[in-house]
Amino acid sequence: MSQLVENLCRRLAAKEPVAVVGGNTKSFLGGQLIDEPVSMLEHSGIVNYEPTELVLTAQSGTSLRDIESCLNDARQMLPFEPPRFGAETTIGGVMASGLSGPRRVHLGSARDCVLGVRLINGLGQHLKFGGEVMKNVAGYDLARLSVGAYGTLGILTEVSVKVLPIPDKEQTQVVECSQAQAMETLIRFGRRPYPISAAAWVAGALSIRLSGAGSGVDSAARSIGGETLVDTDRFWNSLRDLNHVQFDQENKWLWRVSVAPTTPSDEIDSFCFDWGGGLRWVKTDPEDFSLFKLAASLGGHATCFARERKLGIGMQPLEPGILRLNQRVKEAMDPFGLINRGRLLQGCH
Amino acid sequence: MQTRELVAALAAGIPAQRVLFHEQDIAPYECDGLTMYKTRPQVVVLPETREEVCHVLRTCKNLVIPVVARGAGTGLSGGALPHAEGVLLVMTKFNRILDIDADARMARVEPGVRNLAISEAVSHLDLYYAPDPSSQIACSIGGNIAENSGGVHCLKYGLTVHNVLSITVALDDGSIVTVGSDALDSAGYDLLALTIGSEGLLAVVLEVTVRLLPKPEEMRVVMAAFDDVTKAGDSVGGIIAAGIIPAGLEMMDGAAVAAVEDFVKAGYPLDAEALLLCEVDGTREEVAEELSRVESILKDSGATMLRVATSEEERLLFWKGRKSAFPAVGRISPDYYCMDGTIPRKHLSLVLRRMREMSERYGLRCANVFHAGDGNLHPLILFDANDPDEVKRAEDFGAEILELSVEVGGTITGEHGVGIEKINEMCVQFSSDELTQFHTIKAAFDPTGILNPGKAVPTLQRCAEFGKMHIHHGQMPHPELERF
Repeated sequence: MSQLVENLCRRLAAKEPVAVVGGNTKSFLGGQLIDEPVSMLEHSGIVNYEPTELVLTAQSGTSLRDIESCLNDARQMLPFEPPRFGAETTIGGVMASGLSGPRRVHLGSARDCVLGVRLINGLGQHLKFGGEVMKNVAGYDLARLSVGAYGTLGILTEVSVKVLPIPDKEQTQVVECSQAQAMETLIRFGRRPYPISAAAWVAGALSIRLSGAGSGVDSAARSIGGETLVDTDRFWNSLRDLNHVQFDQENKWLWRVSVAPTTPSDEIDSFCFDWGGGLRWVKTDPEDFSLFKLAASLGGHATCFARERKLGIGMQPLEPGILRLNQRVKEAMDPFGLINRGRLLQGCH
Repeated sequence: MQTRELVAALAAGIPAQRVLFHEQDIAPYECDGLTMYKTRPQVVVLPETREEVCHVLRTCKNLVIPVVARGAGTGLSGGALPHAEGVLLVMTKFNRILDIDADARMARVEPGVRNLAISEAVSHLDLYYAPDPSSQIACSIGGNIAENSGGVHCLKYGLTVHNVLSITVALDDGSIVTVGSDALDSAGYDLLALTIGSEGLLAVVLEVTVRLLPKPEEMRVVMAAFDDVTKAGDSVGGIIAAGIIPAGLEMMDGAAVAAVEDFVKAGYPLDAEALLLCEVDGTREEVAEELSRVESILKDSGATMLRVATSEEERLLFWKGRKSAFPAVGRISPDYYCMDGTIPRKHLSLVLRRMREMSERYGLRCANVFHAGDGNLHPLILFDANDPDEVKRAEDFGAEILELSVEVGGTITGEHGVGIEKINEMCVQFSSDELTQFHTIKAAFDPTGILNPGKAVPTLQRCAEFGKMHIHHGQMPHPELERF
């Protein structure tokens, strides 16, 4: 156990509040930390990686860049394309935020790919849940529960994640159309076994990425039609990392709205959708929180991605039954409410 | 509590003909698919509506009576074993498919709907539900949620947790909540991931929304025989290293091959030490390209025989062998005991060798079937349940296999769940702090502890007793410790 982990355990055992961050690139999401955060960056290093096992285990402070470069050397990848809002992004922060990029629709989310974690609970106990194997149903799935919890259920110290081969070929077909037409097209394609690994609409065009064996990609591209994009990676990275020119915030607030992919385009005024329609990106005037209500009415949820937001927690308020369960789960993991105070669950701690 | 009083309290909210308590009526429910364990509950209830389920839960919470929910009863770890003082909540009457949305590729179903019935109901839309446990013809989706069931295709298509969008559950106090949503993620903590695989200890499933996938255009399977298990294991690593994720990748050892071939006549070579089935799916072009690469990897790995199924009938026949492995073994032995450890694949030959040693030491035969792609082993221990000594040896043999799985960095259960069967081995895999954390999570949902008590997570007291058993092998003082 590293000095840092020991210190955190000791502080929590002494009922001292503790806040932690990885690279601190996502501090604009959720609420402001009340306590001065400790950085996990020094707790870094790839613990285990054997490409043929399709599993990588790393300490939580390991930079995502290092992990991706190591995977790339073996022609593998994190299947869920986690966003990189800065070079300092860590694997711990990736899991704590639980965010996933364009490939999520095809190969699953950060939560889907996590196989195990080590975490420090609110009592200062360093615990291990899940493991390094694909199938593991021993005990409750506290590894997946901790993904997207922003560290409030426990301080992640190590994560094991499923990795996959980089596809032999990737190609993107682009068709100019309205958002409504794009959704209709995707519904039609959704019943066909095309090797679609991402589908997004932005700037008046539907982009469909095909991945897999070369001949399969070629034949699907012929069926789908449209123009072939010259630089596939550059385009999808711009959606993954939210630095596509359309994402410039220009005194507006950026919102991520997660809804059923078939939700009609006229229900939400979005400038871009990803995840085949499941993610709608919206800009509003500053301090306009009306998307919470709209998203809830559509059975989804909204998250504020505005970097300059000062007010509010920026996370969808939970309905009472779910809020109560969230609070009880928080109390089970961190009974004295010591970890990452202020980050999540407004009014909880 | 007297059965009579309990029946009266339950009958206040459920028609009396669906509240069973006479011996002859409850006898069929005394075990699930793990028939080594049998217990008769006080009462069996067959609710038909949500309100009836909630009435049972409220009544039992007030009276502090255990409630064990049961789907089709096909589970292999005793997760639906009744509690002697409790109520068995049989969910089979919740068997309707409520809605199919082809555009959104999802289906909303009641928990008693059979796994395969979902795929059958959407087949005409060229869609299917991916997780396919071997029992899919009989097992229910509610049970799949409880166990986070897998199947032969889960390396590529995932487990239940990857294919369910939301579930509506009744909590211990009879309140109803929906976790997850029609969107791909939800606000707050991931209670959906927490609830799936919780073995009926956190909530009772009332409704499930599953994700459907488009049927692949083509599926092809290749069979490869090896004269050595290690070579077969290496070929699996070779396929994955080549960047191919097959739809299915299954292995059987010589003992399993012999039993299966005698039963099914699938054309398996009887001289094989290991047999591999590798299925690739997708569009025609993808399949042709991947298949030829798989074939050359298998050849290079030293396959002694290679056959690609040339027709759909032959493909199904190859699979029929694998899918009949359990009943086939059932024909050559009065009883068999199916284990479920998962190991890092690289340790396969070590684990198989150690199991052969155990087989000799315990004097029991063992056949192996293996979800080779994801490292999930199903050793089948052959024994005779009429011989108490053989039963004991089979259980000890099984426990030792599970401990070996943990030792090499794996887990005691890949897809069958802990239930009552592997409860002692939980003490090997988890520390007491980790087990205590599980108990506090349980209490967050069910503070009275009425939902499926005594399963999945052992008490620390039980682990202490189990520790003693380890020292004095075979002399567990109280095999049936207080479980509630």
